Amino acid sequence: MKANGTVFKYGSNVDTDVIIPARYLNSSDPSELATHCMVDIDPDFVNKVQKGDIIVADKNFGCGSSREHAPLSIKASGISCVIAETFARIFYRNAINIGLPIIECPEAAKDIENGDQVEVDFDSGKIYNRTKGTEFQGQAFPPFMQKIIQAGGLVNYINAK
Amino acid sequence: MGMTMTQKILAAHAGLDVVEAGQLIEANLDLVLGNDITSPVAIREMDQMTVDTVFDRDKIALVMDHFVPNKDIKSAQHCKCVREFAHEHHITNFFDVGEMGIEHALLPEKGLTVAGDVIIGADSHTCTYGALGAFSTGVGSTDMAAGMATGKAWFKVPSALKFVLTGKLPKWVSGKDVILYIIGKIGVDGALYKSLEFVGDGVASLSMDDRFTISNMAIEAGGKNGIFPVDEKTIAYMKEHSKKDYTIYEADADAVYEQEYTIDLSKLEPMVAFPHLPENTKGISEIGEEVTIDQSVIGSCTNGRMEDLRCAADILKGRKVKKGVRCIVIPATQEIYLQAIEEGLIKTFIEAGAVVSTPTCGPCLGGYMGILAEKERCIATTNRNFVGRMGHVDSEIYLAGPAVAAASAVTGKISSPTQL
Repeated sequence: MKANGTVFKYGSNVDTDVIIPARYLNSSDPSELATHCMVDIDPDFVNKVQKGDIIVADKNFGCGSSREHAPLSIKASGISCVIAETFARIFYRNAINIGLPIIECPEAAKDIENGDQVEVDFDSGKIYNRTKGTEFQGQAFPPFMQKIIQAGGLVNYINAK
Repeated sequence: MGMTMTQKILAAHAGLDVVEAGQLIEANLDLVLGNDITSPVAIREMDQMTVDTVFDRDKIALVMDHFVPNKDIKSAQHCKCVREFAHEHHITNFFDVGEMGIEHALLPEKGLTVAGDVIIGADSHTCTYGALGAFSTGVGSTDMAAGMATGKAWFKVPSALKFVLTGKLPKWVSGKDVILYIIGKIGVDGALYKSLEFVGDGVASLSMDDRFTISNMAIEAGGKNGIFPVDEKTIAYMKEHSKKDYTIYEADADAVYEQEYTIDLSKLEPMVAFPHLPENTKGISEIGEEVTIDQSVIGSCTNGRMEDLRCAADILKGRKVKKGVRCIVIPATQEIYLQAIEEGLIKTFIEAGAVVSTPTCGPCLGGYMGILAEKERCIATTNRNFVGRMGHVDSEIYLAGPAVAAASAVTGKISSPTQL
């Protein structure tokens, strides 16, 4: 499995309130949530994002509220992968559980800039910055989490057990 | 190698003698929590699972607290969805309007959370119950669904930071100031994936309400949980509120901590976290500039408990909220609300010119009941001061304890109670 797209680059501590503000949490429909994705940090995001695009951020991406609406809105907006130096732990769990691919890679997060073309190979964990010609090794998931991801999320994983 | 308190609780719930940091385990759950925002998503996920019903109808708590009494039609639909689910699956602990309170104040009060429990909740502030010596942590809706269906959850066993508390808090300084001080010191990701374990002689001097506030904001340092040892105060609290059996776990003497911090409580002063991160803290005496405010919010799962209201009322008694400032007081549960009426605190608030709301998370997450306009500034006893958290993307939130929030409501600028 591979992702390939244009990068939206953000800084540290992107919280779930700016990813999907609470004023939109009266809906739980992913496609509706996607129309407000990133609105308080990047109002243009929803107009620019193309299917397959990639979010790259610095430290502690997804901190704050446990709202699963945050990764749901990112996934439904068409984002294929989030790369960050580190993720907040609840966001990390949620992303795996709903099948939104995420990779921790501090080196890639530092190198990649807004608008770069990036390719991710999920099987090897390799991240290629096609704009700069650089290459990084993302952290591999433990086997247990790989099973959840391969099943397409926690619901399918439990159903298969 | 010894285990931390958290690791011991997790090991026992995973049926293992020993666990170590980084190990992936599956643990049995004593309680699974959801609210009116996160439960509808979990219910939809559970519908897709090949299970007929919940693992144990007594071990699930559904609390309608974020947008109730319903703020709009969509919120009403969400609550209706949860209400119907609770009815269909005969959920014992479903708390609707009239019985509800802010979940993390309500569940301990109802005796549903006790020492030694493993609790997950689809709300990030589920870490609050660490105050009782339980392992509790926030998860998302899919984890909640899986928890409701199977009674189990997967965890990566956390490493820990040790906070040795000594001394006793000075007047007007509370649990909120302790945790803001800690977050200011280690940063909003300083405890990422880790436990915060609080120990030391100073713990005994902290009230249960102080401890709830401290554990509550462990997540604001990125922590997985924040846990206190069980002492006489914990046992007295559990005896008063709960009929559940509890188990006391203690960290091994040779438990390994990644880092150790010693905090002399007697040296702390009221703290304020400036926009837009809880780590942007300053002691009240370090704030040089005048910071005027438009609103003061006293409430939330962090600071809507009895002692918080008593503290605010002490300050507001015989004083007036400054003209032009809106002061919103939100008792966290019905029981707290009633107690505040009986103690005359609500009279004090209303006479001072504050408004008192039914229990709700409301303004804390920018839901309703106190949304900020562009360029407005609020001092709040809530837990997050992120961009746009309480309303307009260009509004500002300053986090503080109830003493500073009440004093600031009187002066119209961020103030210490000693400045009144």
